[in-house]
Amino acid sequence: MIEINPDGTKRILNESGIEVRPVYTAADVEETGGFDFVGEPGQYPFTRGIHSEMYRKRPWTMRQYAGFGNPVDTNKRFKYLIENGQTGLNVAFDLATQTGLDSDDVMAEGEVGRVGMAVDSLRDFEIAFDGIDLEEITVSLTINGSAAILIAMYLAMAEKRGYDLKKLRGTAQNDILKEFVGRGTWIFPVDPSVKLVGDTIEYCAEHAPKYSPVSVCGYHIRESGCNPAEEMAYAFCIAKAYADNVIKRGVPIDEFANRLSYNINSFGNIFEQVCKYRAGRSLWAKIIKEDYEAKDPKSGWLRMIAGGGGGGLTFEQPEVNIMRGAYYALISAFAGTQTMALCSFDEAYTIPTEYSARISLRTMQLLQEEMGLCETIDPLAGSYYVETMTNQMRTRMEEIMAEVEEEGGIIEMIKDGRLQAKVSSQAYDMTRNIESGDFPKVGVNRYRVDKEDEQEVEFHEYSEEDTRLQTDSLAKVRANRDGKEVTRCLEQLSADAKADKNVMPAIMAAVKAYATVGEMTNALTEVYGHYEEPILF
Amino acid sequence: MSGEEKRPIKVLIGKPGLDGHDVGGKVVTRALMDAGFDVIYTGLRKSPSEIAQRALDENVDVIGLSSLAGAHIPFSKKLKGLLDQYGLSDKLWIIGGCIPERDHAELKSIGIDGVFAGGTKLDEIVDFINANVKNEKEAS
Repeated sequence: MIEINPDGTKRILNESGIEVRPVYTAADVEETGGFDFVGEPGQYPFTRGIHSEMYRKRPWTMRQYAGFGNPVDTNKRFKYLIENGQTGLNVAFDLATQTGLDSDDVMAEGEVGRVGMAVDSLRDFEIAFDGIDLEEITVSLTINGSAAILIAMYLAMAEKRGYDLKKLRGTAQNDILKEFVGRGTWIFPVDPSVKLVGDTIEYCAEHAPKYSPVSVCGYHIRESGCNPAEEMAYAFCIAKAYADNVIKRGVPIDEFANRLSYNINSFGNIFEQVCKYRAGRSLWAKIIKEDYEAKDPKSGWLRMIAGGGGGGLTFEQPEVNIMRGAYYALISAFAGTQTMALCSFDEAYTIPTEYSARISLRTMQLLQEEMGLCETIDPLAGSYYVETMTNQMRTRMEEIMAEVEEEGGIIEMIKDGRLQAKVSSQAYDMTRNIESGDFPKVGVNRYRVDKEDEQEVEFHEYSEEDTRLQTDSLAKVRANRDGKEVTRCLEQLSADAKADKNVMPAIMAAVKAYATVGEMTNALTEVYGHYEEPILF
Repeated sequence: MSGEEKRPIKVLIGKPGLDGHDVGGKVVTRALMDAGFDVIYTGLRKSPSEIAQRALDENVDVIGLSSLAGAHIPFSKKLKGLLDQYGLSDKLWIIGGCIPERDHAELKSIGIDGVFAGGTKLDEIVDFINANVKNEKEAS
């Protein structure tokens, strides 16, 4: 944003509210905290990256978000992506699965398989991942409200196929606090929701220590309207809330902190974004070391998936989003992300087609193989601008975290809707700024084309037939399982929830008995109740 | 001028089905509030009957839906039956969000008066409501 000073000179502020100057010198770096935080790659405070060799040793994992229809359809798309060079999977689930409903639930009508793969029971996971080597291809599950159940399904499926859970890698999004702010696939009230996240972390620390049970998402809070510094600060507040829940149970920080990961948004100003990631890495390392007194330096690693930025993409001139996506990918490579997933150019219209997903994949492959992004670690380090802005972003994030504490903490702000109201108000201001042209958006508030010159987007077609196949398959699972065992498992699950025990062992048992997502969710809502959304403007 | 009190136009912004994208619905709610309308935002995950019932209970002039996850046609069909049943067919009915152009005609044939896809300016929605609302008390 540009502000005009009283003397007529221009003052440019980035989205985080920090002034951007026409030129930077060593004096700017010194004034904002010096070079103390820069360090070396792979060493505390990890500003330059969490690994000493970074992409020289292992390029970022390419993990496009995919899933639709039933598990058979999704398995085909997974294999298509892998054949095209994708190195990880990022599973999209339909909204019924995400909100804990079975495919034959009345609220699921018209939603089954629409924005992701439908999952009802373990059987669906067996089909979806059939023929995929789970050691070679790591799997990330984009699931939150029903994450405890879906993590259990993944672990049970892997175990059944003979994988050793002690070595199994993979990630679940499982960040419920951000769902209350953006994305909206909550099920239970705030406190039991946080408790469930704690259950998954505690369970995985013991049984699947290489599995990352949580990917804390600044991403969706940014999509909901907050600025980049707030995005990172809120994500840290949320991660701390989960860590506190687990520590309260007596699990030492070093037993789980390294398995917490992050999902961060890349749209916006290139330098502000790169500095956000660099600053965030050093701040998280400092928090884990100083506030949590972790002994293992790996506990403070900010491991992340980056590259997406749906909020930056436009409905107008959708083909221009291919270039936007490429810049977001460049930002994320400069930032030293571990994993990358881009929003496909048709994001504002549809879930990705094979064609648009392949373009995203090729975008990342260009950076890795043609353009030298894997050759040198943290290539922007040492720039007066980048180091000054990294220092300033870190300070800004610390200020925001202190503000959240003053407001009573992130959980309280989410419970009464204050955080939601704040970010939504910022989204409104941004919409008005884009409409007025104060915030430039190419193809939207400048360089528009006539409607007839707008590129048509190919739609991913929704199939009613796939829905029918899914409900048929669910009926078959229900008919062929041991009903008594399912009932016993569900009763045990409710009992454990009531006794405030870790519910993961009971969920694992129920999953193995082919209990459904809806049945297990109901067993939990019996005890926890349903979330009621505060409406605050 | 009649002796009747002029009341602001009353709008319900509903989030149908399981879709969790609420940025647009909330932004539109704010824009309509700033335009002087009396706006009720339902929050997420409302069934057709919850939305119809709320529209009836609150005696709104405008029923708005915000849908971004593709289920707008099946949902609107279900809501249409309930609006007829509750005697709400004459209310101004609008929808916004991720609504592909190819679906606009079908939505209009279901009974939706205004379709506002991505890229719509907020003031277009305000102007459309002002031009088309059947607010008898205000009209006098």
